[in-house]
Amino acid sequence: MGRKRKDRRRHSARELMPSVGADPDFVEPHVDDEAVAVDWSRAAALPEFQRLLAAKRAFIVPATCFFILYYFSLPILVGYAPEIMKRRVLGPVNLAYLFALSQFVMAWGLAAWYLGAAARFDAMARAVVAAIRTRRTR
Amino acid sequence: MTAALAIFVGFVAVTLGVTYWAAGRSSGAGAFFAADRRITAWQNGMAVAGDYMSAASFLGIAGIIAFQGYDGFMYSVGWLVAYLTVLLIVAEPLRNVGKYTMADVLAYRLSPRPVRAMASLSTLTVSTFYMIAQMVGAGALVALLLKDSGIGYEAAVIGVGLLMIVYVVFGGMLATTWVQIIKALLLMSGTVLLSVLVLAHFGFSLSAFFDAVTRVTYHDPSGAEVTRNFLEPGLRFKPPYGALDLISLGLALIFGTAGLPHILVRFYTVPDARTARISVVWAMAIIGSFYVLTTFLGFGAATIVGRDAIAAHGGTNMSAPLLAQALGGEVFFAFISAVAFATILAVVAGLTISASTSFAHDFYTNCLHRGAERSPGEEVRVARVTACVVGVLSIAIALVVGPNTNVAFLVALAFAVAASANLPVIVLSLFWKRFTTRGAVAGLATGLASSIALIVVSPSVMTIDPPTVTGAARHLIQSAPLFPLENPGIVSIPLGFLGALLGTWLGREPAAEAKYAELLVRANTGLGAEKASPPG
Repeated sequence: MGRKRKDRRRHSARELMPSVGADPDFVEPHVDDEAVAVDWSRAAALPEFQRLLAAKRAFIVPATCFFILYYFSLPILVGYAPEIMKRRVLGPVNLAYLFALSQFVMAWGLAAWYLGAAARFDAMARAVVAAIRTRRTR
Repeated sequence: MTAALAIFVGFVAVTLGVTYWAAGRSSGAGAFFAADRRITAWQNGMAVAGDYMSAASFLGIAGIIAFQGYDGFMYSVGWLVAYLTVLLIVAEPLRNVGKYTMADVLAYRLSPRPVRAMASLSTLTVSTFYMIAQMVGAGALVALLLKDSGIGYEAAVIGVGLLMIVYVVFGGMLATTWVQIIKALLLMSGTVLLSVLVLAHFGFSLSAFFDAVTRVTYHDPSGAEVTRNFLEPGLRFKPPYGALDLISLGLALIFGTAGLPHILVRFYTVPDARTARISVVWAMAIIGSFYVLTTFLGFGAATIVGRDAIAAHGGTNMSAPLLAQALGGEVFFAFISAVAFATILAVVAGLTISASTSFAHDFYTNCLHRGAERSPGEEVRVARVTACVVGVLSIAIALVVGPNTNVAFLVALAFAVAASANLPVIVLSLFWKRFTTRGAVAGLATGLASSIALIVVSPSVMTIDPPTVTGAARHLIQSAPLFPLENPGIVSIPLGFLGALLGTWLGREPAAEAKYAELLVRANTGLGAEKASPPG
């Protein structure tokens, strides 16, 4: 990606960039030499980008709902059904403690799963950036 | 006790060395505020863990579990699971869209001056309250740990305050990052060692350990001997409001962590969103391991040292150090005390840099001077001055408040404000096209005001103490609480969202809607995101 970016630099619209302040280090976050000339509405409508959004939504929305439900079932059960949670299931260890421990496993598992899925999103995002450059959405 | 002093001095010397090294590399805004965005994934993961695990987690959590058993472990669970919100929803878009602060995300398509002013106010509120809690805790703790060396509360507060000013003013984000990394390493090694010693005490038998946890004997305030199963819930969160308070606490942790300004700024120190994501997973590995091990720290202190002995030697916060003393003698006690000291310093340094970055970048440069520095380097100079002011003010407030004041509610307040004011507007500005400036300002204002108001009338501040409680330990308002829960999240988070929705429904903002496509593409592809400075 780095090399492509350099190639584009010749066409980059540095001259279109509004100058902000005297210090070159200070640039408002949304002003960027490469991004300033992109037609964002057309970029957002690209099929590659719509596919990326759909793929991310299909992972992140259910994953978020799942972990919120899983997590809050712990305080809800501990708070409203303490007798069930006090039941010993593994020697001296009760359901309450095992359920709490399972939250750690759940969090780590979901994080690892997301890392795998996000690698796929990264590839799709690179395709979007390439499409923005080649299809002259600028 | 000279061992403790020697380890303290060693830690201070190493961190000052790091600061000297970082000072040579911290010129320019990108270096000062974001360490040139060249922090690697594992480094940032360690630093996030170091930034996050405060004295409240290391000493507080061990104490709560040692005194209130399972209910204390509920904090441990929430503190880790909260990172799923950071990982799935906030970290990557924030890194792709922003530059130095949380407000950068809001100002991207909303009217910058009002949202930056409000976001800066919210950041300073969270950071200041959290900092006062840390400073008071630090002073009391260091005084207790070093009491034989003749270091009192005042000297400890001033020492911690001055060190944090030096780290931030001279070393900027790079020094702060490395102080946090060293602290995370120290904290993890101390915790693992302590856990192994606890297990060794029980002959490396988990069933012997948990057996002991099911029958912990201590004396209740009336003097009667009681034996309790510490693995069972109900010692802290009691009827009638315990269950609701537990859920409310969970809400504040799950939604507050992703709105803590000092955690969010850490994601600007890495080269790109992918590194930010991997660094969250590193942080989750470290933070999760630590909180699983609080099982051994807390229950170990309850079974090996005992509640009565801890209460007689400084109270809940001394649980972990006393456990270390019981298992490893004076040198290990000194080591764990030094770890506690490092823990506090790393957190207050993180709070100071996020507060001064927000003031300099959001309020001074972008609000007062409409986004332009009047002279090169002005923003960094303002941040350095702010760091000094924040440091001196924190020292002064901690000295006035004194060591025995009950300040634990300030930590709950920081999480409540982060969850009720910051998180709703971050999420809505990223995911709701129609969101407006009025919505953001209204959301921040209602979240902030309702959290503060509800905490003030909660049992943490408003309680009638029995006459046996004296002096600064008494609650600030001596009357029956108007709001029954210690954690306001269950009311204030919906209020924060409601404020944001109502503000948005007041009227449309075509300019903000028009920029949504740009925000969406950039947040999801990283196109045009701030880049790391080349090495040099």
